Amino acid sequence: MTGETGIIGSMPIPDGAAISTERLQKHFGKIKALDGVSLVVQPGTITALLGPNGSGKTTFVRILTTLLQPDAGQARVAGHDVVRDAQVVRNLIGLAGQYPAVDENLTGQENLEMVGRLYHLGGKEARRRATELLENFSLTEASNRRAKTYSGGMRRRLDLAASLVAKPPVLFLDEPTAGLDPRSRNALWEIITNSVTGGTTVLLTTQYLEEADRLANNIAVLDNGHIIEQGTAQYLKECCGGDALIQIRIADRAQTSLAVELLGTLGDGKIKSVPETGDISIPVVGGTSILAEVVRRLDTGGIMVSDLGLRQPTLDDVFLALTGHATATSEESTAETAVKKGRKRNERNAP
Amino acid sequence: MINSKLMPSTYRLVWTIPDTLVIARRNLLRFVRLPQLLIFSTVQPVMLLLLFNYVFGGAINAGGLSYIQFLLPGFLVQIVVFGSAQTSVGLAEDLSRGMIDRFRSLPMARSAVLAGRTLADTLRYTFLVLLMIGVGSIIGFRFHNGIPFAVAAVMLSVLFGFAFTWISAFIGMSVKDVETAQVAGFVWIFPIVFASSMFVPVETMPGWLQAFAKINPVTATTDTVRALSLGGEIITPLWKSLAWIGGILLVFLPMAVRRYRRIQ
Repeated sequence: MTGETGIIGSMPIPDGAAISTERLQKHFGKIKALDGVSLVVQPGTITALLGPNGSGKTTFVRILTTLLQPDAGQARVAGHDVVRDAQVVRNLIGLAGQYPAVDENLTGQENLEMVGRLYHLGGKEARRRATELLENFSLTEASNRRAKTYSGGMRRRLDLAASLVAKPPVLFLDEPTAGLDPRSRNALWEIITNSVTGGTTVLLTTQYLEEADRLANNIAVLDNGHIIEQGTAQYLKECCGGDALIQIRIADRAQTSLAVELLGTLGDGKIKSVPETGDISIPVVGGTSILAEVVRRLDTGGIMVSDLGLRQPTLDDVFLALTGHATATSEESTAETAVKKGRKRNERNAP
Repeated sequence: MINSKLMPSTYRLVWTIPDTLVIARRNLLRFVRLPQLLIFSTVQPVMLLLLFNYVFGGAINAGGLSYIQFLLPGFLVQIVVFGSAQTSVGLAEDLSRGMIDRFRSLPMARSAVLAGRTLADTLRYTFLVLLMIGVGSIIGFRFHNGIPFAVAAVMLSVLFGFAFTWISAFIGMSVKDVETAQVAGFVWIFPIVFASSMFVPVETMPGWLQAFAKINPVTATTDTVRALSLGGEIITPLWKSLAWIGGILLVFLPMAVRRYRRIQ
């Protein structure tokens, strides 16, 4: 039971990528969940896979964690093929899925001990590791209570702890904060940042640019089974959003292009406009001073606006910038995204 | 400490039993944590035994035996067959709650999740079988064939149930949601339990039903358990019953494990 990499002594990780996929494909009937995804994740980095519902994030994670077989292409984790050497791969990974997989009838301690035993840590080590993780995740007080009594945030923490039991060199987190309120989300981010140190490679999926920005060194944007852009949060913001966005809606849509002309030199990135709706967004770094300048210029140009504001760039902005379409590929998921966002905003505004 | 140079297949094999025990323990803990579940899953079969004995007992001619003597051996088989249906529900629950995903991402033996579940369920109804014998003896049941045969009767019932838990495991892995598992897991059990020699002598049924009842594995097993308990022809029904048990395990165990490995 030695070494940071966990249970099978020190399984050698070949030089090179912690995760690499090549033209990975997966179809479900006629739906192409993954349509040739190639991605390389360097050891010790945190990579976020950013994309809306149905973009293929979960399918991608399920293939890399050996839960699903690809139709075509290759996927390797720590140099081992996820199909051919699935059992070796399972020794090297931890997974926290989209829904917390904790046994409600077991206590927190028992849940973690069970996972430890199934990683073949041995009884004593499994117990020690469970106690240690519960401590690190502020669950010590609840350690002897059935997981059924845990709050959503506590379940998430327990689930995350379970994925870390064997100190896996490669960790997969599928939407780790989905369904959490902003406070629990912040707490979980803190835990992820703190517990994922010492060379662990992490691939996480998320729908929130904010989350990707907060946690990851590298962000890959997934849309319709393709990776459409990849880079640091800074890079993505520069290409698509800036620190913040000035969002303008022109009252008379016909004046949109005129407005873009007037505002062209402002901001720190490319101005995006949608003439059909009269929407213009300007990526900025300096915020309010530019806002005043925008108002002045529009006023001088005699252009009426129906809405004007400064806001954080969202996944939608990145998507709009990269693909020219909004995050959703169907009406249904647009509605879903909108509802989710609405909820998120409401929670944030709550006292 | 397991050697990292072990081949994955050897590695899996070595861990099959320990992993199975970890999962079985986890499944049994549920009953410790939910004492109400334990109480009610115990009360129900006791109640049924009493109802069958006192409601139908007077009306059924059991060929010279008192009805409890005729009923109890079959009732043991009924307990294990219905008990096995629970396996599909438990697995469907694990599947829907993401537990199966977690287990499948762990380096554990591939058959252990199913084997741990079937083992736990087998232990659960073994307890019920012993309890039924206890309750039965209070209301007049007696083994007539000595202790070794009585033990053999219990063992055959339990083994028969174990085979059925694998049919149930296959169903649980196939339906993927709890409600469907509840229906799909039970619906096929009623005809094979009732159209058998379990509650009434087969000769009292219409001819077409007799034909079914005679090839029914529940009939073969009930007849064997009855003969082991009370005396009578053992060998013929015993080999039929064992052939069914072997056949069911041979077909459904690999099919269930295959389903588990291929879950999308």
